[in-house]
Amino acid sequence: MVQDIKFYQTGTFTVGNRLLDPDQRTVQSSIDRNNSLTSGHRACQGCGEALGARYAVDAAMRATNGQLIAANATGCLEVFSTPYPETSWQLPWLHSLFGNAAAVGSGIAAALAVKARKAGKSQSDVRVIAQGGDGGTTDIGFGCLSGMFERNDDVLYICYDNEGYMNTGVQRSSATPPAARTATTMAVGPDPGAEFGKGKNVPLIAMAHEIPYVATATVADLRDLEAKVEKAMSMRGARYLHVFVPCPLGWGAASCDTIKLARLARETGIFPVFEAENGEITHVTKIRHKTPVEDYLRLQKRFAHLFGTPGRPEVVARIQANADRNIKRFGLLEEVPA
Amino acid sequence: MIKQIEGSEAVAEAVALCRPEVICAYPISPQTHIVEGLGRMVKDGTLTPCEFLNVESEYAAMSVAIGSSATGARTYTATASQGLLFMAEAVYNASGLGLPIVMTIANRAIGAPINIWNDHSDSMSQRDCGWIQLFAESNQEALDLHIQAFKLAEEMSMPVMVCMDGFILTHAYEQVDMPTQAQVDAFLPPYEPRQVLDPAEPVSIGAMVGPEAFMEVRYLAHAKQISVLKRIPETAAEFAQVFGRNAGGLVREYRTEDAETIVVALGSVVGTLEETVDAMREGGVKIGVLSIRSFRPFPLAAVRAALGNAKRVVVLEKSFAVGLGGVVSSDVRMALSGIQLHGYTVVAGLGGRAITQTSLTRMLTQAVADKLEPLTFLDLDWTIVNRQIAREAAVRRSGPIAENLLRDVGTIAAKVS
Amino acid sequence: MIQIRIHGRGGQGVVTAAEMLSIAAFEQGRFAQAFPSFGSERTGAPVVSFCRIDDRPIRQREPIAAPDVLIVQDAHLLHQVDVFQGLKPEGFVLVNSRSSADALGLAEIVARLPRGHVVTLSASEIAVRHLGRPMPNAVLLGGFAALTGIISLEAVVHAIHDKFAGQIADRNADAATEAFATLTAMMTNPQEVSV
Repeated sequence: MVQDIKFYQTGTFTVGNRLLDPDQRTVQSSIDRNNSLTSGHRACQGCGEALGARYAVDAAMRATNGQLIAANATGCLEVFSTPYPETSWQLPWLHSLFGNAAAVGSGIAAALAVKARKAGKSQSDVRVIAQGGDGGTTDIGFGCLSGMFERNDDVLYICYDNEGYMNTGVQRSSATPPAARTATTMAVGPDPGAEFGKGKNVPLIAMAHEIPYVATATVADLRDLEAKVEKAMSMRGARYLHVFVPCPLGWGAASCDTIKLARLARETGIFPVFEAENGEITHVTKIRHKTPVEDYLRLQKRFAHLFGTPGRPEVVARIQANADRNIKRFGLLEEVPA
Repeated sequence: MIKQIEGSEAVAEAVALCRPEVICAYPISPQTHIVEGLGRMVKDGTLTPCEFLNVESEYAAMSVAIGSSATGARTYTATASQGLLFMAEAVYNASGLGLPIVMTIANRAIGAPINIWNDHSDSMSQRDCGWIQLFAESNQEALDLHIQAFKLAEEMSMPVMVCMDGFILTHAYEQVDMPTQAQVDAFLPPYEPRQVLDPAEPVSIGAMVGPEAFMEVRYLAHAKQISVLKRIPETAAEFAQVFGRNAGGLVREYRTEDAETIVVALGSVVGTLEETVDAMREGGVKIGVLSIRSFRPFPLAAVRAALGNAKRVVVLEKSFAVGLGGVVSSDVRMALSGIQLHGYTVVAGLGGRAITQTSLTRMLTQAVADKLEPLTFLDLDWTIVNRQIAREAAVRRSGPIAENLLRDVGTIAAKVS
Repeated sequence: MIQIRIHGRGGQGVVTAAEMLSIAAFEQGRFAQAFPSFGSERTGAPVVSFCRIDDRPIRQREPIAAPDVLIVQDAHLLHQVDVFQGLKPEGFVLVNSRSSADALGLAEIVARLPRGHVVTLSASEIAVRHLGRPMPNAVLLGGFAALTGIISLEAVVHAIHDKFAGQIADRNADAATEAFATLTAMMTNPQEVSV
C-alpha cells in the first residue's frame, strides 16, 4: 500500500506527501491528526522516542478511529510526557510500573473483551497498545512480554529502542550494542564500552513466539512506520513493533542528527528493517546505499573511543562484521543480476 | 443452599456469584483450588462473560488486574506467600492508583526456608501497602467476606485482600451456606468506576507526583482507610440484612464481657481458642477472645473498647517481626496506649505448626497466673534450637541451618501430626 | 464429637476418604470437618487425614491427637508410623489387610481396646475385584459404617456418588457395600477376626 516512489534527495522526505494521493499521505501530514502526544512534553531536543511515539500512536489512532487505549511503561516517554500536573497524552493512558506494560495491556484487552461481549459484540472496537523503552521491554519487562505473546492477547506492543536506560542516566540494557559507552559499560580498560557476545534480539524472540505480526521500523522512515502500525492494527492477537529511536543525549549525538542516525542504522545493516507474520519473515526493507558502519559510529560520542589515535580499528571491524552478518542473514541487499 | 464442600470451592463459587469480569492468577499452593475452580466455571460457561487469563507470574497477575480494573472491569486474583512478595510492586501500585481489585490471600509462610504451610507472614508483609485486609475465621466467613469485599472495594475505590488460612481453611471440607445469585445481585450492584480508561473521555492515569503534592496524595490514602473503619461495619450490617447472618465487621468478641484475660487473634485459630476458653471458663477462669476481622484498617477504637477493662491481654499471632517481637501485638499495644494492663505476645503456628488446645490451655494458664514471658514462641523445641546455637559456636562451617535442624528433628514421615 | 484419623500413603485416596466421610455425615444432618495433614504430596509418602463429626458446629482446627477411630489404609505403615498415638481407650481400629490383627503384630492393641474394636478387612482385594485396582478408600468407608455405625451405608454411597461419577462411582459404591456386608457378617460371628 506504500507507493514505490523513489526519492533522490537525502536528508528528509518532507517534500514527498504533495506527490502522493491523499489516501497515501502520512498521518503526520494531516492537520486533523490526533496529536496523541501533543506539544508541551519535556523531551530533549531531538528525542527519537518522542518522534517515534507521536508517529506510532497517531497512526494507531487513525487506524482505530480514535478507539484506542495506551498502557505505558516507566521510562523516558512516561516521565517526559506526564510532568505533574500536566499530561501530553490525548488518549486514555495508563502508567503502572516499569516491567508490566505488556501485562497491563493484556488486562485492558481482557476487560474490553468482556465489555464487548456484554454489548452483544464478538470483539471489542476499542483496541490496546502497550509501549515502553528497550529497558522496560527487553529486560525487566521481558517476562510479561513473553506472557502476553504466548497467550496471544490482543495487544500491540511497541518498543522504542534507544539502546539503554536513558531516563536513569544512560545505563546499559540488553539492547545496548557492542562497544557502546554507557554509565555501566564505561569506555575504559582493555575492552572499553559494552561487551561483545551479550544482548538479545527481541524481534527474533517475538517471532519465535509465532505471533501474528512482528516488525521493526525506524524514525527515519515515517511512511513505513505508519504503514506497519496500520497493518498491525488491522490484525488481532499479539503483535510487536520494535522502533529504532536515536537518543541524542545518551548517544552523544547532535540533536539534528536523529533521523540521519536512524537512516544510517538501516543503511549500514546495523538495524535490519523487516516484517514477519506467524514466525516467518514476510518483507525486508532493502538497503539503498550500503554504508560502512564507521559513518554511523563516528556521529556518536558513545563510540568516540573507537576513533582517534590510536583508536580501535579491530573493534570497528567486528561491528562491521556484525552488520555484514545481518545483511546476509536478512537479505538486506538487492540481488545484483549477474 | 447448604453444602459440604472444600473451602477453596466455596470461595470460588462465591467469587463467581459476584460476577467478576476478569480473573487472572498464577498458581501457588495453597491457593490453587480456588483458581482452578473459577477456571473450570469460566471454561464450561457457568461463569460468563468472564475472561480468565493464565498469567506467567504473580507480578503479571496483579499487573493484568491493574489494566483490567482501570478499564472498568470487576477484577479478581488470588495468591499466597512468595507470590504476594513477587507482585509486591504491583500491589502498592494498585492501591496507589485506587483500583478496586479483590484478592484472596491463602495465608502461607514466607521462605527461606521454603514452607508451604499456614501462617500470616505473607499478608502481614503487605500490611502498610494501602489495601484493606480482612481475615476469615471459617470457610463460611471466607466466602461471605469475598462478597463484602467487592462491594467495599468498589465503593471506596480501594483494593481488598481477603485472608484465609492456607490448608487449614482452603483445604478443609465443612458446611457452608452458599447464597443465591439473586441475593448477591441485590447486595452487589454493577461496578461504577471513579476513574476509567475510556476513549470517549480520555484521562492519563499514573502520572509522577513530585515533592509538591506527594504527601497530600498519600494523606488522602490514609484518610480513605480511616473512613473505611466506618464503612466496614455498615457493609456487614447490610450483608446481614440480605443474607441473614453476621460476617465481617471490625472485631468480634467472645465471652469478653467480664473477662480478666482476653486473647486476641486472627483467622481460623479463633475457633480453637473458643473451645479452649469454654473449657477454661468451666474451671472458673474469666477469659475471653477478641477476634480481629479487619486488620487494615486497624480498628484502634474497637480494640481499645474491647480490651480496655481486662487485666491482661494475650496476643496470639501467626506472625512476628524478626528481632523485635509481635506484629499484631504492636498494633494492639498502640490501641491500648495509656491503659495499664499486662500484655503478652505469643507467636504460634509459624510455618503451619499445629496450635493445639492442650498447648493453648497450658500457655493461658501461665498467662492468667502472670507467669508468662512478655514474648513467647509457643511449643518451641528448645533442644534443637540450643543444639544449633552450640553447633554454630563450635565451628565456622556449621552448614545450612535448615538441614541441621531437620536432621535433629528426625524423619518427618514417622510423625503423626 | 467423634474424631476419625485416616492413615495411608499418597495415591491411596486418604484425603478423599476423609472428605467423603464428612459428606456422608453431612448427608445425615450432622456437622463434619475434614482436612489433610500435608506432608510431601508425592505418591507413596505417608499421609494422614482427619475428620470430625458432631451435632453442633465444629470450631477446633488442630490435627486430631486423640482419635476415636483409626482407619489404616496401608498396613505397612503400622510399624513405621505411630498410627495409634492418642487413640482413645474405647476407640476403633480398621486396618486394610488380609492378615489378622494378631498376624500384624497388633495383639497388644487388641487387648487394650474393647472386644471387636480392632478389625482387619482386605479392602484392597475387594477394590481390585470391583474397580480393577487396589484403591481401598471407599471400601474402607463401607467397613467403617459397619464397624462403628457412626454413619450409614446409604450415606457412604451418597458421598461416593458426590465425589465420583458414572461407573467409577457405581463400582466404588458396590465395593463399599460389599465391605459393609462382609464386616457386618463378621461382627455377628466374632470368632473370625479377619477376612
